[in-house]
Amino acid sequence: MSRAHRLVIDRIACAGHGLCAELFPEHLALDEWGYPIEVPGPIPASLTRHVRRAVAACPALALRLEAARTREPSSDAVPRDPSRSTDPVRTRR
Amino acid sequence: MTTDTHTSGRERGYRRGPRVPEGARGERLLAGWLATGRPAELPDHLARYGGIPAFPARGGEHPLIDAVARAGLTGRGGAGFPTATKLRAVARGKRPERVVVANGMESEPAAAKDKALLRLAPHLVLDGIVLAAQAVGASEAHLCVARDRSGLDRDLREMIAERRYNGFDPIDIQVRTPPHHYVSSEASALANWLGGGDAKPTTTPPRTAERGVTGLPTLVDNVETLAHLALIARYGPDWFRSRGTAENPGTTLVTLAGALPAPGVYEVAFGTPLREILSLGGAPRDAQAVLVGGYFGTWLPANHAAALDYSGPGLAAAGASPGAGVLAALPSTSCGLAETARVLEFLAAHSARQCGPCRFGLPATARDFAQLAFERCDRAAWERLERHVELLSGRGACKHPDGAAQLAGSALRAFAPDVRRHLRTGPCPAALNAPPLLPTPAAEIGDGDWR
Repeated sequence: MSRAHRLVIDRIACAGHGLCAELFPEHLALDEWGYPIEVPGPIPASLTRHVRRAVAACPALALRLEAARTREPSSDAVPRDPSRSTDPVRTRR
Repeated sequence: MTTDTHTSGRERGYRRGPRVPEGARGERLLAGWLATGRPAELPDHLARYGGIPAFPARGGEHPLIDAVARAGLTGRGGAGFPTATKLRAVARGKRPERVVVANGMESEPAAAKDKALLRLAPHLVLDGIVLAAQAVGASEAHLCVARDRSGLDRDLREMIAERRYNGFDPIDIQVRTPPHHYVSSEASALANWLGGGDAKPTTTPPRTAERGVTGLPTLVDNVETLAHLALIARYGPDWFRSRGTAENPGTTLVTLAGALPAPGVYEVAFGTPLREILSLGGAPRDAQAVLVGGYFGTWLPANHAAALDYSGPGLAAAGASPGAGVLAALPSTSCGLAETARVLEFLAAHSARQCGPCRFGLPATARDFAQLAFERCDRAAWERLERHVELLSGRGACKHPDGAAQLAGSALRAFAPDVRRHLRTGPCPAALNAPPLLPTPAAEIGDGDWR
């Protein structure tokens, strides 16, 4: 419970309601169209209750809370657990 | 280290030495074309390279994955990601059925290398698909190319039928033609379309390697990447590393475009000075800037660009990357801001409009950039533009807004004197009169155009 977290935003699901920034201004601001702008970095354990409130309030269910990684994976290490993976592979064309 | 790799090279029986067919400047993928002057048909291909090499199953990781890892092959589609890492991720997929997708969409309007490769050396790509499918244990393979009137999809289907008739390919490669919008060639968009959905990027994670076509672990690789893989399977990682740099080994295809007497597709070793690459297209005629990478790329002043080495690390020093292999020279008679404004309008029109940045930020950026390029730009519009470019990155499901921000930001830096002039006295004559240099195919994409 006392761990740092990171907020994962499903950018496609997000419809710009803006409640998250209202409830969690410590880490979220809104652009002029109401879409969230994140403060980079993990969310300290002291703010876990605040961020949980924002996650629960999102009408689009676009927010998810994950345990923060302690370090970035090397480019050769493929995360095994998909629920914890970042997204190094983004191929175009 | 050297001794090691040589020993394993002999064990696997890689074909070596003078039998490796290369062009006069060490071209590999284009060696056949340069030697014969015609596209390689199956008999040509077999005479030059022989059949697909066999990798006896030994349990554990497929030996080709290790060969690709030691070769240091990176993706040639734009992201430059290590190919072996992707192969491994798919090969370790939890489901027994897996899928290979060869990406030959080439939705980058200024690029022609993938189409050229599929025309000139198609069997290298087809070999690469078969080999990659063996390496990851896939029984389903798709080759995606654009829907157009060139008949490329039909020709490829005939070649695949010929190979199957001759008993070469253990799997049936399906030639598919997804919609040809700019974002539709992104890996997750292709996987989504092949699984019956829209050709729009999906939220990652999960990545396609974990959950791609119909939820199966899916390898999505650019067609040029797969052609290199087919050569590594034959000649081994040491041979592959004999060109290019230690960090960025091998050769790569580039599309030279813009103010050059002989634009087109060329094959160069990574690490070649950009000045030399541009001179392959003939001496640049009074180029003022070079667009490096493509429409997600970076504008660099011509003299700055010419001094760089063409490789991932070499270009990273200038904030650029090889991207989709486009090098477009901008003549001094053109306006870089006008060119960028047209490309941004194209990118805004070609987005999937799924996330905030592509629904609002990118269209707003394109509008303000057009005002800067073609009209009187007031202070408010200029400040808005700077702020919006800043806000595009890292806030979409895919990298479409990030790519557009990269292009716009680099234009504002590379053409800073023009920006000041436009702000002071309005659009320059070149912005209003010079013919467009970079192709921006008109697109009116409707809701039903994603299937």
